Amino acid sequence: MQKTVKQKMMALAGDQAVAYAVKQSDVDVVAAYPITPQTIIVEKFSEYVANGEVETEFVCVESEHSAMTASLAASVTGARTFTATASAGLALMHEMLFVTSGCRAPVVMAIANRALSAPLNIHGDHSDSMAQRDSGWIQLYAENAQEAYDSIIQAFRIGENLNVLLPVMVGLDGFTLSHTLENVEVLPDETVKEFVGVRKFPDVLTHNGKTAPFRLDPANPMTMGPIALQNYYFEFKRQQEEAMEHAVNVIQQVNSEYAKISGRSYGNGLIENYRLEDAEVAAVCLGSTAGTMKTVVDGLRQNGVKAGLLRLRTFRPLPVEEIRSAVANVKALAVMDKCISFGGNGGPVFNAFRHLLYEEANHPHIVNYIYGLGGRDTSPSDLRSIYETLQELLQTGHVEKPIRYLGLRS
Amino acid sequence: MTTQEWKFTAKEIAEKPDLFLAGHRACAGCGPATVLRLIMKATRGPTIVTEATGCMEVVSSIYPYTSWAVPWLHTAFETAASNASGIEAALKIMRKKRRISQEHVDVIAFAGDGGTFDIGFQALSGAVERGHDFLFVLYDNEAYMNTGIQRSGGTPHGAATTTSPAGTVIPGKLEYKKPIADIMVAHGMPYVATASPYYWKDLMTKARKGLEVEGPAFLHVFAPCPRGWRSNPTKSIEYSKLAVESCIFPVWESVNGHCKLSTPSRLVALAPQKKKPVADYLKGQGRFRHLFKPKSKQLLEEIQHITDERWKCLLKKCGESKTSV
Amino acid sequence: MTNKNKNWKEIAPAGVCSKSSLDFLTGDWKTYTPVRDPEKCTRCVICALFCPDGAINWYPEKNDIEINQDFCKGCGICANECPTNAIVMKIEQESK
Repeated sequence: MQKTVKQKMMALAGDQAVAYAVKQSDVDVVAAYPITPQTIIVEKFSEYVANGEVETEFVCVESEHSAMTASLAASVTGARTFTATASAGLALMHEMLFVTSGCRAPVVMAIANRALSAPLNIHGDHSDSMAQRDSGWIQLYAENAQEAYDSIIQAFRIGENLNVLLPVMVGLDGFTLSHTLENVEVLPDETVKEFVGVRKFPDVLTHNGKTAPFRLDPANPMTMGPIALQNYYFEFKRQQEEAMEHAVNVIQQVNSEYAKISGRSYGNGLIENYRLEDAEVAAVCLGSTAGTMKTVVDGLRQNGVKAGLLRLRTFRPLPVEEIRSAVANVKALAVMDKCISFGGNGGPVFNAFRHLLYEEANHPHIVNYIYGLGGRDTSPSDLRSIYETLQELLQTGHVEKPIRYLGLRS
Repeated sequence: MTTQEWKFTAKEIAEKPDLFLAGHRACAGCGPATVLRLIMKATRGPTIVTEATGCMEVVSSIYPYTSWAVPWLHTAFETAASNASGIEAALKIMRKKRRISQEHVDVIAFAGDGGTFDIGFQALSGAVERGHDFLFVLYDNEAYMNTGIQRSGGTPHGAATTTSPAGTVIPGKLEYKKPIADIMVAHGMPYVATASPYYWKDLMTKARKGLEVEGPAFLHVFAPCPRGWRSNPTKSIEYSKLAVESCIFPVWESVNGHCKLSTPSRLVALAPQKKKPVADYLKGQGRFRHLFKPKSKQLLEEIQHITDERWKCLLKKCGESKTSV
Repeated sequence: MTNKNKNWKEIAPAGVCSKSSLDFLTGDWKTYTPVRDPEKCTRCVICALFCPDGAINWYPEKNDIEINQDFCKGCGICANECPTNAIVMKIEQESK
C-alpha cells in the first residue's frame, strides 16, 4: 500500500489544470480545435509542446469534427489520445462521438461545459455534454479545478481498462471552473506516469484466424469499422452496454487507487454524498454548483434543517444502485438540471432520477429545477429557496408544478 | 522525390498477391475495384489503409467478411483524410517513443466523390495544409454511386443522375465538374497526379510516387461505373481509355507545382489528329443518352467546347502549348 | 452458404472482421462466363491486371494464367480488352 506522495500546490484555473494533467499523463496524440472556454487548454498545451516539455504529437486540426476523427484514428492505431472542446464544437463532433465509442477507442476529452446556440452564448451550462448522453461515452463532472485535474488522470485508466475500452469525457463548468484560479495540488510527474501506465490492448480474433492486439498494425492486419447489417449491428451495441456496466466498478476502483496516492477521493467516484445519511430534504446537482450548495446545506443544518446534497459525479454510466441507497431516507428531493430537454417533461437528470426511483417502496417526492442556462448566476439565496420549497413539500405532501425554473425572469 | 524509378512488368504485377482481395461485393465490371486492386499492388509495404464511406468501403467490409489484407479503418463519410491524419500522427509519435517496430508505414486514404469533392473536402484540405505524410486517392466515378447515383461536385456538365435527372425542362446537371486536382495543386502540395486505369502502368507508377513522396500526395483516378453510368460492364476499362483520348480526362502530374503531361495525354497532344471527339466517349453511356437527341445538339457542342478549352489550358500549364489542338 | 451467426459475447469488439472475403465466393453471380482460347492467348496478362475481382492470376510455374470461376462475375472486361480476342463471353450453362 502506497503512502500519499508529496504534492505541489499550484495556482491553476480549470483549463490550466487540465492541460497540466495531460502533460503528465504520457499522452501520445492531442488533436484539437479551439473554442471558448476551452481555449486555454489547447494554448497551454501548445506551450508545453513548443518548449519540448512533452513527447506528444499535437495536431491543430481544422474543425472539431476532424479533432474527434483524428483522435479516434490515432487511438485505434495504438496512441493514447486526448482532445478538448465545448458547446458547438462538441455538437459538431456528434456523429463521431458515436463512432468513437463504437470503435471502442478510449479517447479522453475535456469539456469546458458551455451553452449551445442559438442564440450564441459562451457561458457555462451542461447542455453540450447532456446532449451527448446517448453516445456511449463515460461522462464525469468535476466540482472544482482540483477535481478536473484528478479526473483527467483517472480518465485514462478508466477508459483504457480492458473490460471497459470506452471513451471518457470530463466536464468542467465553462468560465466558472475553466477560467477561475484555484489552489490545485498536483502530483509529481513520475507518480502520474506510473499511475496511468503504458496502454495495453486486448487480443482479438482477426480474419487471418489468429488473435492479435487490438490496434492497427501492419504485422497483424485487421479491419475496423466495417458495415454491420441487420444480422450483427445489434450485438455490437450490446457489447458497448456491457462495457458501460463494467465501468461502474472500474470508476470506483480507480477512484480508490488514486485516493491512496493523492489523499483525494470523490465520494466513491460515482456519487458524493454530503450530509445525506439522515437528510430529510436533499438536492442533486452536478459540477461547480455543488460547491455553493455545500455551504447552503451547512447553513441550513445550523438552523436545524435536515438538509443534504447528492453530487452526481458520474452521469454515464448512471450509478443506479448507489443513488438508490444514498437517497433511501430522503423524503423530498430536488433534482437540478443545468440544461433543458425541450418537450421532455423535465431535464435529463430529473428524468433519470424519477425513473430509477420509481420502483423503490419509499421513494421521495421529486421536483426538478432547471437553472443556470447560458451562465445565469445562481446565488446562495436562490439555492436556499429550493430547500424552502422542499420543506413545504414535506408538509403539504403535494407539489403543483414539479418542474420549475430557478433564476428565470417571468 | 526519389529518382529511382520502380521497374515492373505486367507478369510481375499479375503474379503479386492481391491486397484488395477477391470476394468483395462490387458490381461486375466495377472500375473503382480495378483501380483499388492495382494501387494496392503498387504499394511497397508496410501499409495502413483508411477509407471513406462509399462503394469501395461498403463492398469490402460487410461484417464478418473483409477484403483487406492490410490494416484498415473506416469511420465515417467525410473522414478519409482526418483518419489518415490521426493514424499518421500516432505512427510518428509511437515510432519516436519506440513503441512500434516499423521504420516507416505508408498511409493511404481512399475516397470516392463524396469523400473528396464534397463532404470530405474540408478534412482533405486541412490534412494537406498540415503536411501529413499520406497518399489520398480519389476513385472518381462521377456521382454518389453507393447511395443511388446522386450528383456530386465531380459529376460532369450534362450528366444525368438521380438528383440531376435529364428532364423535359432541365437536361441533367447544369454545373461543371469541380477541378479537384487543380485545387489540390493550388494547395502547394508536393505531388498531385491524375490517372486512368487503362493506362495501368502510369497509374501504378504514380501511386508509388505518391507513397514515396514525403508529405501529402493526391491521386485523382478516373473510375467508370457501369451501374451509375448505364454503360456496358465489359467496357469500363475501354471508357477509361476513351476519356483520355477525347481529353475528357487528361492524365498529368504536378511535382511541387510543376505540371507535366503524362505519356498517354502527351501522345494526344503530339498527334492531335488522333484526338477523339467527345461524342465517341459519351455515346453508349445511358447518363448521356439525352445529349444525342436533336434538341440537345447545342449541349453536346458545349461539352466539346468546354473540353477543348480545358485541354488548351492544361497544355499551356504543362508547357505544351506549341502543339495545336 | 449460411453460417450460424455468432452472439454478442462471441464476436470481437469494434466490428473487427473475422473472415476473409476469399471465403465468400461471388462466382455464382455471373450470367456470362469467359472462355479462353489458349492458342490465341499470348500470355500478355492484361486480363489479369484489369479484372475488378482479381479472378485471373498469373502462375509462372505453369507459365499460364488461370481464371478462377469461384470469383469471376462475368463482367467481360477481360474479353473486351484482350488484344487478340482470345477470350469470348458465353452464357453460363446450368450444369448442375
